[in-house]
Amino acid sequence: HQVLRIVPTNDEELQKVQELQDLEELQLDFWLAPRGPGYPVDVRVPFPSLQSLKAHLESNGISYSIMIEDVQALVDDERMEMSRSSRRRLPLSTTTFDYTTYHSLDEIYAYMDLLVAENPNLVSKLEIGQSTENRPIYVLKFSKGGTNRPAVWIDTGIHSREWVTQASGVWFAKKIVTDHENDEGLASILDKMDIFLEIVTNPDGFVFAQTQNRMWRKTRSRHSGSICTGVDPNRNWDAGFGGSGASGNPCSETYHGPYANSEPEVKAIVDFVKNHGNIKAFISIHSYSQLLLYPYGYTTTPVPDQKELHEISEKAVKALSSLYGTNYKYGSIITTIYKASGGTIDWTYNQGIKYSFTFELRDTGRYGFLLPATQIVPTAQETWLALKVIMEHARDHLY
Amino acid sequence: AAMELPPSHYPASRAAALAAAYVCYRRGSAGRGLALRALGRAGRQDIDGVGHKYHLELVLEDVLNEDSTVNCTAEVLYHLGNKNIAPDVQFTLEGELKNTDEADQIFYNRIKSLEKELVAENIPDSHGNVPPEMEPVRLLAWAASGYVIWQNSTENTKFQLAQIKQVKQVKRSDKYLEFDYMILLHEMVSQEIIPWQMRVLWHPQHGVQVTQESRQPKHPWE
Repeated sequence: HQVLRIVPTNDEELQKVQELQDLEELQLDFWLAPRGPGYPVDVRVPFPSLQSLKAHLESNGISYSIMIEDVQALVDDERMEMSRSSRRRLPLSTTTFDYTTYHSLDEIYAYMDLLVAENPNLVSKLEIGQSTENRPIYVLKFSKGGTNRPAVWIDTGIHSREWVTQASGVWFAKKIVTDHENDEGLASILDKMDIFLEIVTNPDGFVFAQTQNRMWRKTRSRHSGSICTGVDPNRNWDAGFGGSGASGNPCSETYHGPYANSEPEVKAIVDFVKNHGNIKAFISIHSYSQLLLYPYGYTTTPVPDQKELHEISEKAVKALSSLYGTNYKYGSIITTIYKASGGTIDWTYNQGIKYSFTFELRDTGRYGFLLPATQIVPTAQETWLALKVIMEHARDHLY
Repeated sequence: AAMELPPSHYPASRAAALAAAYVCYRRGSAGRGLALRALGRAGRQDIDGVGHKYHLELVLEDVLNEDSTVNCTAEVLYHLGNKNIAPDVQFTLEGELKNTDEADQIFYNRIKSLEKELVAENIPDSHGNVPPEMEPVRLLAWAASGYVIWQNSTENTKFQLAQIKQVKQVKRSDKYLEFDYMILLHEMVSQEIIPWQMRVLWHPQHGVQVTQESRQPKHPWE
C-alpha cells in the first residue's frame, strides 16, 4: 500500500478528489480528508487501485506525491521497535528522549540512569530516602571533582500537579551535561561548586496525579484518624511550622501535617542538607504564576539579606524575560503571594543558606497546571537563564 | 485614606485578577477570550463603613491572538462585612476589541446543526491539549467562569479556571445555545481545586449569561 498526498488547488480539483470518496471499489482510506483548496489530502491506496487512481489524477491534472512508498515496511519497522524495549516507550538515550512531552515516573527514572551512564565522570545518582509508598527518592549530583564542594540545590516537582517543573528538571539535567564544558558561565560554576538536582521530589503524588487525579498536590501519607490523604510538602518544614499560613485540616490542600518533617519526602532533603553542610544556594521550583520569590513566607519581618536577594531577583528575572519576553514579578513570599508557614526556603534560609529562592513558572492562569507540552522547552530555557544568574552570583559570593 | 499599591504585591494582583475575570465575562464570547497580561499602577482607597476600593490600570490580551492587547482601567470595590455581596466592578476599555461576529456565527451555526447534543470532557486534557473544535466551547466557559469568579471573590481569594471537567449541551427550541458545565476552579490562596457547576446561555448577539451556578462538594478520597 502507498500513501499519496494530493493537494487540490481549486474547487474543481477539490470536487474531483471528493468524488473519489464515493468509489467504494477502490477501497481508499483517507488519512486526511478533503477540506478545501490548498489543504493536503492524504490517502492510503491498496496496490490493486494504485494504477487507476494515479491515472485518474493525472488525466485531471491533479498533482500528487508519494508520501509513503510502502506502508507495510513502516508497520514492520514499528513493530520491531516496540518489541525491542521490554516496556513501552522507555527512553533509549538522552539524545532521543523527547523533551517536548510529559513523561511518566518510570520514564524519568530510566532517564536518570541513562544520563549517568552516558556521563559517568560528571553525573551520579544518589538515593536520599524513600517516599511514603516506598518509592526511591533520587537526586542527581553534577560534580567535576573535589570533596564536599560548596553546592547549589535545585528541586522540581515537590507539588505533583505542577508538571512543567518536573519536565523542566529533566531538561536542566540535560542542559548541564551538554553545556558543562563549552558554556563559560556553567563551566566556571562547576569548577567551584557541585549541583544537586532533585527532579521528582514527590514521586507518590506524581504517580497519583498521572493515574488518578491530575490536580493532586500533596504527598500520599495517611495520618491516623483522617479520611483524607496527604500533607502539603511546602508547609511541612520547620520554619514557623503550624502557624497561620497553613492548615491543620488533613483534608486541606495546605495541610501542614502532624509535625514538622513528618513527610519522608521532606525529611530526606532536611537530612541531606544538614549532612552535606555546604549548600550555598537552594532553589525550589513550583508552578504557576510567573514569580521569583525569596523568604520569608511565615512572617512579615524581612530577611537580613533582603536587599541582596531583591537585587539578584531583579537580575534573574531580567535574564529570564530576555529570551521570550515572559513577564515575572518578584519579591518576598509573604508580600507577593500570601502568608505561608512551614515553607521550604524559609527553613533553608534559617539554616544559613543565604541564596534561597522559589520559582513559580509559567503561566499566569490561562492553562495553569495544565500547561501544554509545547511550552515545556521554552519554559525550561528561560528559567535556566535565571538559574544561572543565581548560581553565578553564589559562585562569586561564596560565604 | 488612599494609597498607591505595589503591583507586584498580592492585594493589587488579586483585585486585578478579579477585574480581568469580570471583563472577560462582560466581553467574552465563543470567539473571544480575554486574559490579564499586565498590571500597571494600582491604588487603594479605604472607605469607612463601605469597604476597600481598588483602582487599577490593566493590560488585557486576546487569548486567541496574544499580540493583540487593550488597555483597561478598572475599579473594584470589596464590600465590608457582608461577604455574600459580590464586589462592585467597573471598567473602561481603551479602544476597540477585535470583532468576532464571524467566528461567533460559525460556531453558533455549527452547534445548531449538530444532530446530537454536544458532550465533551477534560478541556484542556492532562497535557494541556485543546482540540481546535473545542476552543470556542472553552472560551464560553472562560467567559462564564468570569461571572462565577466575580460573584465569589473577596480580598482573600484569587480564582482561575483550571479545567472543564465536563460540558453537555442542553437542547433548546429557541435561538439560544445552552451548555451545562462542570468546571474546576483553582483558588490560589487556599490552593483548593473547587468543582463548580454552571448553566450557560449564549447567542452571538446576546453575550454570555450564567443562569445558574453552584459550588460542588469535593470528594475527600480524591
